[in-house]
Amino acid sequence: MTAHMLRMAAAGLTACFLSAATALAQTIAVTNGRVITNAEAGVIESGTVLIRDGRIAEVGANVRIPSGARVIDAEGGWITPGLFHPQTELGLVEVALEAAARDNAASGSSFTAAIDVADSFNPAGNHIPSARVKGVTRFAVHPAVGSAIIAGRGALADASGRPDSLFADRQFMLVDLSVSGARTAGGARSAAWAYLRAAIEDARFYPGRFMSHHEGDAINRFDAAAMVDVVRGTIPLIMRMDRASDIRRAIAFQARYPAIRLIIAGGAEAHLLADEIAEAGIPVILDPMRNLPASFDTLAASNRAAGILHEAGVELAYTTLGSDLYWNPRLLRQHAGIAVAHGASWEDAFNAITLAPARIYGVADRFGSLETGKTADVVVWDGDPLEVLSAPTAVLIDGRVTSLETRQTRLRDRYAQMRREGEHGFAH
Amino acid sequence: MARLWSAFGAGAAMLALLAGCNEQSNGEAANGGELVRFDPDPYPSTYQPLPSGVTLIRGANVFDGVDQLLEDTDILIEDGRIAAVGQGLAAPDGASVVEAEGRFVTPGVVDIHSHLGVYASPSVSAHADGNEIRHPVTAEVWAEHGVWPQDPGFDTALAAGVTTLHILPGSANLFGGRGVTLRNTPARTVQAMKFPDAPYTLKMACGENPKRVYGTQGRAPASRMGNMAGYREAWQRAVEYRAAWKRYWDADDASATPPTRNFELDTLMGVLDGEILIQMHCYRADEMALVLDMAQEFDYHVAVFHHAVEAYKIPDLLAEANTCAAVWADWGGFKMEAYDSIIENLPITHALGACGMIHSDSDLGIQRLNHEVAKALGDGRRMGLEITDAEAVSWFTSAPARGLGIFDETGSIETGKRADIVLWSAHPLSSYALADHVYIDGALLYDRADPDQRTVRDFMLGQPGQEVR
Repeated sequence: MTAHMLRMAAAGLTACFLSAATALAQTIAVTNGRVITNAEAGVIESGTVLIRDGRIAEVGANVRIPSGARVIDAEGGWITPGLFHPQTELGLVEVALEAAARDNAASGSSFTAAIDVADSFNPAGNHIPSARVKGVTRFAVHPAVGSAIIAGRGALADASGRPDSLFADRQFMLVDLSVSGARTAGGARSAAWAYLRAAIEDARFYPGRFMSHHEGDAINRFDAAAMVDVVRGTIPLIMRMDRASDIRRAIAFQARYPAIRLIIAGGAEAHLLADEIAEAGIPVILDPMRNLPASFDTLAASNRAAGILHEAGVELAYTTLGSDLYWNPRLLRQHAGIAVAHGASWEDAFNAITLAPARIYGVADRFGSLETGKTADVVVWDGDPLEVLSAPTAVLIDGRVTSLETRQTRLRDRYAQMRREGEHGFAH
Repeated sequence: MARLWSAFGAGAAMLALLAGCNEQSNGEAANGGELVRFDPDPYPSTYQPLPSGVTLIRGANVFDGVDQLLEDTDILIEDGRIAAVGQGLAAPDGASVVEAEGRFVTPGVVDIHSHLGVYASPSVSAHADGNEIRHPVTAEVWAEHGVWPQDPGFDTALAAGVTTLHILPGSANLFGGRGVTLRNTPARTVQAMKFPDAPYTLKMACGENPKRVYGTQGRAPASRMGNMAGYREAWQRAVEYRAAWKRYWDADDASATPPTRNFELDTLMGVLDGEILIQMHCYRADEMALVLDMAQEFDYHVAVFHHAVEAYKIPDLLAEANTCAAVWADWGGFKMEAYDSIIENLPITHALGACGMIHSDSDLGIQRLNHEVAKALGDGRRMGLEITDAEAVSWFTSAPARGLGIFDETGSIETGKRADIVLWSAHPLSSYALADHVYIDGALLYDRADPDQRTVRDFMLGQPGQEVR
């Protein structure tokens, strides 16, 4: 864990962030709510979060609200950091079955590691505001797996929908080593691992091995250049896998390549070797909802997995894989609620959808908690955010109050009452 | 109806009904020969409730499934049935008493749309038994002939309070085949899970799936026009088939040559006779409206539209047709016809006078139909709709039971009903609520506190990690 966090910190210094949005010079006080700080201040039963110029200026029970500040009254609800979804296809998929409205998987491409999901990302995607109005303020954008097990590089974005909302590109590399990866690589897990090792070697000896001929053993020169960041540990390598034996191979791989920073996504059987994963310091992105032997990779899947992994000290972030990654990332808090119902502590579960994902992606210095100096991603809820009956009443991103209107709420409002035939079609 | 069938024997009663309710035609022995008749129940239910004693659940907050919250209420279970519901009930000698002060009880969860058993876990190719993709009209296939009773999903659904579930064929075909309603009990055979005397159902499908599945093969239907043409062609054949059999039975002449039996048209004839309930996968409002006209054209009834993502656009048309909508809370975006999905679909449909309910269509979703209802309810209230918790509980209990034609047997906590009951760990509309006790016909099939009191399908025996499930 410690070693991993040090690598994360080092990477944070070198990561290439796009220019942050310039926040409005405005002071906002979010007040009169139960403040979950996710920081040393813990829970403030009735507190205020003061925001100035897009950042958190002060958090506490007795914060003086400056005159002229815009006041957002939580009315006794909850005030929390915005949720951070570690695994989405938001901005990539508008309609999953329509190739023309889907940009997630490069199924016919000859490129692998060079693929940069930022090129596909559409901040105007309609499902981003749908996630935002349910409290998601930041998210990772993952490429889906296309023609090769190495799917390319993912990005980090905020949920404002603004043109500059993708704030950090080329943040991680994704490789599929699950049963589907085995199929992609030629029919066996051993082929997938051989391909990955060859790609790593192509990158390790980049550019030298490409001087005399343009082809690597597994990937081309352009892909190898992209893979160099993985080999050097500048960006993490996310391995999609579920089966316990695969995770053991990943731990052995980590020992063989100590500079490479691994993250496991999937992890349906991770709880069977929770201590080994904790020891190796490999974070896991897990869906607490998955509890079925949906494949022979997930025979041990259990709703209790999240609690067991937290208990062992594994850095754990939750995802919505069992729902979906493009339309229902908004259900992140429901998935966290399921973890709590089955034994995770509320604090661990909430952490797993806020601060833990920020840490995993090396951006916890800016996101994931309500602390002075951090980016003001703040959500006001009408109740416990992990309760399915609750919902946000205000969502702030970068200190800006965002709209709670979506295409879906427009449809709702249009059909909220019966109207005469023909009257639905007008601009209400 | 179901009670009547129990009294006379389901087979005999169905036989009479399928014969067109013509009492006179039952006199086949009178002219010496025998008229050809069909056995309407050749794979009969062999379900037997598990043994149960007398149980008194005392002092619970009881959502009765029919719009009431009964506080501090006792439920007496005898002979697998609900013997009494009220306050201060005496515990008969030998009764096991469950102290439930402050805890919540609902009827057993009913899922009207499941593919457990026909798309079993693990989802390997050998387990794809839910779509007969060879012709768009396969009303002759029956889901019960594809249900694998060892699907581990039945166990996880039981742990979530699901006591009754309706297994449907998939939606590749215009007519996908018959559905089957099951008790969620461990069994070696599907017959032993079949809900006694539950009506058969017929799965139909609108929209993108049939036209995509066949259109991409260069076959009909390749468009929504083709979908409608395909249904109408089949219904017209069913009308003629039914008329031919009615003529034969009405003539009451055993020497006459009977029409040729056709299993596909048997099912459609059952729909036209009102004995088989139409459960139709349909997303878009405009398509549902066309289907309702088609039902009038051929004189049958659509019991429930499934998925019905745009039900909120046509609650008036649904109410007028007495057709219900079984919906998700928040699935959408996976195809064009699911693009207008809104979380308020169910509460708007309900509030504007149509009959709505939740459904899962998912081996994960079936494990939290209470959550799905809570999400829909919460957003419905936020838009200003006044719907009580107790009304919302009906969306996963009595409403689907009515949609399946089994409400006289289950779906509510009322005297005389099957004792299908869930005792929850928290308010059932909470994220944190888990089923603590699940009773089916009065028998405790699941007890969260007792690892030995849980069902484990054969497939899970000896698999890794079972010690922590």
